[in-house]
Amino acid sequence: MGKLKRFFMYLFLSIASLVSIFPFLWMIVSSTNRSIDVTQGKLLPGPYLGENLKKVFDTIDIVPALLNSAQISITTTILAMLIASLAGYGFEIFRSKSKDIVFSILLLSMMLPFAALMVPLYRMFGSISQTMPFIGIDTISSVILPTVTTAFLIFFFRQSTKMFPKDMLEAGRIDGLSELGVFFRVYVPTMKTTYAAAAIITFMSSWNNYLWPLVVLQSPEKRTIPLLISNLGSSYSPDYGVIMTVILIATLPTAIVFFLMQKHFVAGMTGSVK
Amino acid sequence: MNIKAKTNAISWSFIAVAVIMICVFYFYPMIQALIMSFQSGTGTNLSFVGLDNYKRLLSDTSFLTALKNTSIYLIVQVPIMILLAMFISVLLNDKNLKLKGFFRTAIFLPAVTSLVAYSVIFKYLFGPDGLINTMLLKLHIVNAPIEWITDPFWAKITIIIAITWRWTGYNMIFYLSALQNIDNSIYEAARIDGASSFRQFRSITVPLLKPIILFTSITSTIGTLQLFDEVMNITKGGPGNATMTLSQYIYDLSFKYTPNFGYAATVSYAIVILIVIFSILQFKLAGDKNG
Repeated sequence: MGKLKRFFMYLFLSIASLVSIFPFLWMIVSSTNRSIDVTQGKLLPGPYLGENLKKVFDTIDIVPALLNSAQISITTTILAMLIASLAGYGFEIFRSKSKDIVFSILLLSMMLPFAALMVPLYRMFGSISQTMPFIGIDTISSVILPTVTTAFLIFFFRQSTKMFPKDMLEAGRIDGLSELGVFFRVYVPTMKTTYAAAAIITFMSSWNNYLWPLVVLQSPEKRTIPLLISNLGSSYSPDYGVIMTVILIATLPTAIVFFLMQKHFVAGMTGSVK
Repeated sequence: MNIKAKTNAISWSFIAVAVIMICVFYFYPMIQALIMSFQSGTGTNLSFVGLDNYKRLLSDTSFLTALKNTSIYLIVQVPIMILLAMFISVLLNDKNLKLKGFFRTAIFLPAVTSLVAYSVIFKYLFGPDGLINTMLLKLHIVNAPIEWITDPFWAKITIIIAITWRWTGYNMIFYLSALQNIDNSIYEAARIDGASSFRQFRSITVPLLKPIILFTSITSTIGTLQLFDEVMNITKGGPGNATMTLSQYIYDLSFKYTPNFGYAATVSYAIVILIVIFSILQFKLAGDKNG
């Protein structure tokens, strides 16, 4: 390949990388500066991170929002792993014509836009509120329940199960394990990487979910992190340094999860379309 | 119960929870929405009005604006992003490339951020005295700050830039994994036959990537038709209704103005119909080229 072509290749990739990373760098730099420095376009780190952090914890209810988000995301992830992997396993291991039809129908749910489901779901939880207030509107359960089971995740587990060595299941059955026993003692421990990938994807989308919590959570103390950030972003006289610090704190959990499990994450994403 | 019936019952119990959950939280609401789309009234007091909502849809300027905006995002942004993702992944697939891991991680990074968080960052970057304008002014590229958020044209551009930034790396990953599965000997044979790298790209890479092109264009289309978080947090749909999307209009109809759930459901069926049309169209396009 020509030298010139190679040069442009590196140049293009460098620019693309810089553009991709730049908003993150700017967020980090801005969290160490005062609001006035941010508006003046300062691009170097300043000494105000401590002060910004103090302001965040003194004036913004970030801790309850973090706890709400954590509670919702962790519960969603655990439930989603259990339900979707049982189903993915069930569809693949006990294949039958009728199950294939059911599976195809489930896949259709991926085409349904959330905006179309939002209003009926809201009314549904509204009427549940009358009899069972603990899972009705403005509860953590109402955020979790509609998002916990996705056809995508079932599809993902089913695809991964195709590769599973079926002899191992047979061995488990011969050893006298029940079908559930085979699932939990043989399948689950072997599929660790699949679970890791699925858990990351689920945790991230739950942590970042915005529209449904916006609709269903009404009291300020139930707010999740995206609702908190959205609210700060719409204030008239924003303190840029403080807001960037909040966004930095909110981004850390998913960034850490991502960097720790990067390999699984990418494998999980690409595995789903193979 | 005989053994076969028992095994059959056990096997259905594995999938039962998932099936029930999807029926309750996807299919049942979808049927509810269909019924509601023939109803009208405020809040929970709905009464049947036949096709009135659907008639209103066709003369509703806000709906038509939202539809137009969403179509612009779709027609402009999806092709740009898919070509960009494909181009980057072809570059990254070069086996002599150094710093491959760095480039890949950097370009993928936007895909893991929260839509709300990045939207707020973009809102400030593109603000009237935001960093983008400051830099453009300092570099003498523009004489006056661009009204990224407050001008109807530039506001749409801002949204398009934002979504492209967020989703290109995500789509790139799919292309990259598909490219890694292409046998290198095909390219070697083409090179021996004297095919240029553009010819190789057009005659080998693109046809082999067709399933992924279809997958990414359908998911991006569905994603764009549901666009909400970015517009809500960057422009609030403004100026006027210049950036408002269909999802945002449904939200406004249901929770911002006097709630009109029936009409909101009608608008949401418009999105469902669009998704179905576009998906069929994309399958058709992909299928025709195969033949």
